[in-house]
Amino acid sequence: MDVRKTYKLYVGGEFVRSESGRAYRPDGSVNVPRGSRKDLRDAVRAARSALGGWSTRTAMNRGQILYRAAEMLDGRRAQFVEVLGGGRASAREVEQAVEALVWYAGWTDKLAQVAGNTNPVAGPYFNFTIPEPTGVVGIVAPEEPALAGLVRRIAPALCGGNTVVVLVPESHPLPGLTLAEVLATSDLPGGVVNVIAGYRKELLPWLAAHMDVNAIDVAGCTPEEVASIEKVAAENVKRVVKHGADVMSPHLITAFMEMKTVWHPIGV
Amino acid sequence: MAIAKRSRTELATQRFEYAPAPESTDHVKIEKRYDLFIGGHMVKAHSQKRFPTINPANEEKLSEVVEADEVDVDRAVKAASKAFDSWSRIGPSRRARYLFRISRILQERARELAVVETMDGGKPIKESRDVDIPLSAAHFFYYAGWADKLEWAFPNVKPRPIGVAGQVIPWNFPLLMLAWKIAPALAAGNTVVLKPAETTPLSAMLFADICMQAELPDGVVNILTGAGKTGSLVVSHPAVRKVAFTGSTEVGKLIQRSLAGTGKRLTLELGGKAANIVFEDAPLDAAVEGIVNGIYFNQGHVCCAGSRLLVQESIFEPLLEKLKIRLGTLRLGDPLDKNTDIGAINSKAQLEKIAGLVESGVEEGAELYQPECKLPERGFWFPPTLFTNVSQSYRIAREEIFGPVLSVLTFRTPDEAVEKANNTPYGLSAGVWTDKGSRILWMAERMRAGVVWANTFNRFDPTSPFGGYKESGYGREGGLHGLLPYLELN
Repeated sequence: MDVRKTYKLYVGGEFVRSESGRAYRPDGSVNVPRGSRKDLRDAVRAARSALGGWSTRTAMNRGQILYRAAEMLDGRRAQFVEVLGGGRASAREVEQAVEALVWYAGWTDKLAQVAGNTNPVAGPYFNFTIPEPTGVVGIVAPEEPALAGLVRRIAPALCGGNTVVVLVPESHPLPGLTLAEVLATSDLPGGVVNVIAGYRKELLPWLAAHMDVNAIDVAGCTPEEVASIEKVAAENVKRVVKHGADVMSPHLITAFMEMKTVWHPIGV
Repeated sequence: MAIAKRSRTELATQRFEYAPAPESTDHVKIEKRYDLFIGGHMVKAHSQKRFPTINPANEEKLSEVVEADEVDVDRAVKAASKAFDSWSRIGPSRRARYLFRISRILQERARELAVVETMDGGKPIKESRDVDIPLSAAHFFYYAGWADKLEWAFPNVKPRPIGVAGQVIPWNFPLLMLAWKIAPALAAGNTVVLKPAETTPLSAMLFADICMQAELPDGVVNILTGAGKTGSLVVSHPAVRKVAFTGSTEVGKLIQRSLAGTGKRLTLELGGKAANIVFEDAPLDAAVEGIVNGIYFNQGHVCCAGSRLLVQESIFEPLLEKLKIRLGTLRLGDPLDKNTDIGAINSKAQLEKIAGLVESGVEEGAELYQPECKLPERGFWFPPTLFTNVSQSYRIAREEIFGPVLSVLTFRTPDEAVEKANNTPYGLSAGVWTDKGSRILWMAERMRAGVVWANTFNRFDPTSPFGGYKESGYGREGGLHGLLPYLELN
């Protein structure tokens, strides 16, 4: 007889039930916690508190932790293939997810060299530009591919030093909730990634309007949802990041970053 | 001690009389009225509405411009769309040559542009002459060189122009903001429809003439005058694919909201409430110059102005004494006078806004200081102003005043300085003054702001990216990063 797993939300480094006590059954059998507005706010608070620590880790350390996540995911291949429905396509998707983590792990300590500059200003000043994390990033994970798509959105945001709050797809939440178990064992500090499941229409407007969320990735949204997100995002000039779910690029890392330019006089 | 004190007080009250040194205006020709620049020519507007543009230093009317309407905007966007087909496809090195040419003409006509900028906007001639115009020319020169090197800037992706860019700019640096908008857009192969601010349209009209003089292909640049309504017509036109706005956070949010769901690309350069932080080991005389430059440059009409001075408690008194003495030496008056430090406030509306916020500061309990300063009878003027005893919750410490008004706060530890500096929804710029190198970098790392000036303030350069964190907007202008808003990369 199986020992079944209770699926939980992942907030502040802990696996928790929804504070609302509610659950729903997207596939008709497994109970999935139906996160509430309050869960979402808790997740944003956890992400905000984790930001200082995560963003000031050395780039190399962030790279090692992302690589550790790849190791943990790789070790659980069979489980993820099963969660994704089995078969060659699922195996390929898990491989893509592992590959994305490895690829972005290698970017952490190179990005500033590619996306930053020293600027030859016309005067006696030393001037340089460096990328810095935007802050707390909301990620609306794409429905398909549920695992690889999610990893391709989280990894660049984490690579740049942001912390994230993920809304996993309403109809397909298990890959995302299971990924939280991988992240929890990858030396990622609590609160750096938070995963919320539940009804999209209950959660999305609050994530989009939250004044302490600095950017939102809309990879998993319909055009109508994007339009309504963009409207409320203006309230705190939120960055709305729109890229295809299949993209991997350093420009996607910088999409979650701000460029800071520092000047100092040169003289004796 | 007593002797030193007396001589300093004497210095504070001592007046150096300067003979008037007005810049001549006889080489400048301002038309009585201007039409719109559409499709490479000055054309008669469809709109019948016109409004005057005045000299804020004497309230005299300089000229009259059109308030472009929907039909005018549509014409301009169509002209830009038509031009886009060829402009985006001509050899990139030819695009570069047009931009180089524009840069050179800006240099050749520099004094004329400086005088017009000062007459129309109220800024001191020494600023328009030494800052606005040279930087505008330099900006075109810098981006000219990028036009045929985009593949080197963005390897492994195919950089392509976006299309027609709708650009709306403010009145504080009219020509410079025009350059920041038009130069990278054109270098990347886009065409533009630009709307200058309603109080400062004249340098843009001169720029239209420069485009013609440079024989820039018709429709690559289109310039429409008008107020907020015209601006909103430009950004909402369906054929505009890219919007760039510099102005207030309030209007920026309106634009972001109005573009929701349109798929248009948007960059915003909005307001600020920068902290200028002075540590006890800072070279005080240099810091005082930086503080003055930070908030009184261009009458404080600067989005990155150092409007909140954070002083380490131990040096509060000596620094304030030096600062007040320095304030007493600032010369306010005729913007065309080469000795003027503080010119006219850009408009009556802005003057009222500044006065209102200053009043709120007094009401909320801050202590006001203004040096003895005679204001001209006509025109819009506001004396350099400094508030002490300011609490972080006061409006003068939270809201962007956009005037020559400094709020002074204090701190004890570096952590407290960081906390206070970042305690704002804005994040455009910050200043740090200290002699300790490691502390400069420590502070620079912690400022949530797009530009950090250490032991200097308000420096600008075409190679240096500029733009905000948080509610100060997104996207960068200047440098390699300034090309990104005008390119598709896939």
